[in-house]
Amino acid sequence: MSAPTLTSTRPDPSAPGAALTQRRSRPGDLAFRLAMQACLVVAFGVLTGLLTWVLIKGWNRLDSRLWTEMPTGLTSRLDGAGVQSALVGTLWIISLVAVICLPIGILSAIYLEEYADNTRWYNRLLELNIQNLAGVPSIIFGILGLGIIARALGFGFTITTAAIVLSLLVLPVVIIATREAIRAVPQSIRQASYALGATKWQTVSRQVLPSAVPGIATGSILALSRAIGEAAPLIVLGAVTFITFNPNGLDSAYTALPIQIFTFITRPQAEFTELAAGAIVLLLAIVLAMNSIAIFVRNRFEKRW
Amino acid sequence: MTTSIHGAGSAAGNSLRQGRRRPVESIVKALLVAAAFVSIITTVGIVIALAEPTIGFFRQVSIVEFVTGTSWTPTFAQKAYGVLPLVSATLVVTVIALLIAVPIGLGSAIYLSEYARPGVRKLLKPIVELLAGVPTVVYGFVALFALNPLLQKWWPADDGPAFQNLLIAGIAMGIMIVPTIASISEDSMAAVPRSLREGAYALASTKMQVSTRVVVPAAISGIVAAIVLGISRAVGETMIVTIAGGLTSDRVVINPLDGAATMTAFIANISSGDIPIGSLDYDSVFAVGALLFLITFALNAVSIRMVRRFREVYE
Amino acid sequence: MVTVTSEQLHRPNHESEVTPVNQPGTASRPAVSISAANTTDTAGHQPTSTVPVMELDGVSVFYGDYEAVRDTAMPIQEKQITAMIGPSGCGKSTILRALNRMNDLIPGARVAGSVTYHGQDLYAKDVDPIEVRRRIGMVFQKPNPFPKSIYDNVAYGPRVTGMKVDNMDDLVEKALRDAALWDEVKDKLKSSGLSLSGGQQQRLCIARTIAVRPEIILMDEPCSALDPIATAKIEDLMFELASDYTIVIVTHNMQQAARVSHYTAFFTAEVDEKQERHGRLVEFSQTGKLFTNPADKRTEDYITGRFG
Repeated sequence: MSAPTLTSTRPDPSAPGAALTQRRSRPGDLAFRLAMQACLVVAFGVLTGLLTWVLIKGWNRLDSRLWTEMPTGLTSRLDGAGVQSALVGTLWIISLVAVICLPIGILSAIYLEEYADNTRWYNRLLELNIQNLAGVPSIIFGILGLGIIARALGFGFTITTAAIVLSLLVLPVVIIATREAIRAVPQSIRQASYALGATKWQTVSRQVLPSAVPGIATGSILALSRAIGEAAPLIVLGAVTFITFNPNGLDSAYTALPIQIFTFITRPQAEFTELAAGAIVLLLAIVLAMNSIAIFVRNRFEKRW
Repeated sequence: MTTSIHGAGSAAGNSLRQGRRRPVESIVKALLVAAAFVSIITTVGIVIALAEPTIGFFRQVSIVEFVTGTSWTPTFAQKAYGVLPLVSATLVVTVIALLIAVPIGLGSAIYLSEYARPGVRKLLKPIVELLAGVPTVVYGFVALFALNPLLQKWWPADDGPAFQNLLIAGIAMGIMIVPTIASISEDSMAAVPRSLREGAYALASTKMQVSTRVVVPAAISGIVAAIVLGISRAVGETMIVTIAGGLTSDRVVINPLDGAATMTAFIANISSGDIPIGSLDYDSVFAVGALLFLITFALNAVSIRMVRRFREVYE
Repeated sequence: MVTVTSEQLHRPNHESEVTPVNQPGTASRPAVSISAANTTDTAGHQPTSTVPVMELDGVSVFYGDYEAVRDTAMPIQEKQITAMIGPSGCGKSTILRALNRMNDLIPGARVAGSVTYHGQDLYAKDVDPIEVRRRIGMVFQKPNPFPKSIYDNVAYGPRVTGMKVDNMDDLVEKALRDAALWDEVKDKLKSSGLSLSGGQQQRLCIARTIAVRPEIILMDEPCSALDPIATAKIEDLMFELASDYTIVIVTHNMQQAARVSHYTAFFTAEVDEKQERHGRLVEFSQTGKLFTNPADKRTEDYITGRFG
């Protein structure tokens, strides 16, 4: 059946006798391996180097003044200045974001995974919409807050507006993470529940959600940590002033850590730079601690079905 | 007393028709739909928030001037509304960021996925993910106070880097995006079935050949999606460029050693000052915002498509 | 070297030598007989060669501390089809993967004992596993074409191994012809390998393997994911290829082993004194003999269906 003139796929006549060691050294391969390794080393080296630099820069300001004292715009008062109002503002905002964003995000994800018929155009649109929102720049959410929430809806430039804007910003993160966690629960668990006569909500609330808790927790913590670090939308919402009091209610004026850091950075004096570095270390400690917990929860409690 | 596990005898002959209403089920479903609707409202809200002032803006400024003008000076006495300086600054920063982030991010991903021992990978992957969460204001800070002095030291000529410049903003942004590109690319490489690698090894491939000719091509849509996401983040990133990128917008700046305002930096700069509502300056923020939204919308569409194609191949 | 056509291969050869060669071995060692036994049964093909191209001696494979297969000794005869059969978990695939150092890719895997290829120790320190795999190719259980075109799938091996190829088109055509796939794909060489049916994909994988001109082809249950018609095609193809290549096939299907192979190795799983399961080679002999006159009781039980 094969064309007799072509003999090229017959075993290589040199094969049997030839030594198996002839092409042992492969300089190209070694160079490639080293190049890839260098990428990783550079990435880690630069990032850890920069974070260490921030730590050293802010070292003198890493004491209790940071959270017991208020910020100031005056160089003369800098020695007794801290970021208490920004820290308390951040804690307020993050609590509000948790209250607003997590229920909406988790319920949306349940709808999309368990209830929505994704052959329907409107459910597919909903899904695309969420994927797109995840990629919308944060400053655009600031514009949404400025035009609609602060002005049209009359929430003003309050801590509530900030919390709503940041909630909408990180909502896609919560939804996408929760959906993945729900999707990872095997179909057989649902079928077993239905076969015992459970209704849909009983199945979801008693079987599916408990199994998905680690994934939901991870997504939620990552979302909150992202909200803590966001400054751009708050700049558009006009949060760039020195606030020397802690928020005292939902309609209070506010400042937050990243905004306070930005304000310090824009000051030319070196003392402000130092205080900014100290505040950055505080912000990084909060954010990285939250992310570590999230990643730990995911790696530790993730069920392999 | 014994508990009967026999079928409920009394139920025999019962109708299978719905006997009970289930109000809980309906209430729950209504709640879920309402929650899901929030994300739709968000998008609609963004479009409305952008559209109204943008339309107002284009009543006074021609679209042709906006798109082709090479000077953007809404705060000057001599006002000009050509958006090209903002777009070109955005482009320069994005290109610099990608030149750094794509090779380093991809190289790190290849090393983690193909070369690193499982223990090393298990340790490093979470750290990469952790670093992806560093707030961007931190990168702005290190760009201005750590990286730029370093750059100025190496490049002390008179035409050297300005106090704020596009190069340093681009470098910091590149460093910022590396963990994102590395993490997502590594995920897509890890999803390439083991059987493909084995097939390639059985054909006498070296590890480099397996990586570059089999794994990377098979994971390409995931990698492209990671890069597009990186572009999208670079275009939309605000803090780094606001802090370290500069403010110039009265002319098109191409030289990365000079400072210039990107689209996001302009929005942040002007809205942190006092601007009267309804003024042309106020509306110009929204016009630039609308352009930014459209650009990232297009990038997201590409990225979503790529991810979907990637999923189709292996799931 | 005697040239054998596939027609001759199909016909049992009753004239081969009768003298059994007794392999030295302890009681625990498997019965290994490489001589042709006189049998009237038609199972298997009479060997046409007793020149070993590979030899295993005392081969054990470990995954970490776990010894998956223990103390295997058998030859692989040149241009013959050798089948490895046995119940699941008996280590037959593990041994197969030890023959071209695929186990190197599993972290913690280790091979003890000696595997020689033309007298060279495959696991010697200075041996390049890439060179080993260039000469000893492998076809896997589940077809695994690359997500590339049919043409690029076949051309992949020659390209990565740096083969001097005058005309790649000819080489691709030849490999596809030899894999009995050419007529089905000649008009769509540029379409994706994944667009083919399962049986076609497996033949593409065989074409891909022979394109680098190996001497030995290892096949790890190559038909287990295929329907009976596709299986028959692959089996026919194996006969064809056996005139040029040495083939080692792992199969869970005894009938397949009986149909296609010249030699058969029967493996089983044993539980030792520490309650650990290990794969063991029970018996190796000419296929006709193993299926009609097995030397070991366990082989007899397995082939007559009293096992598993």
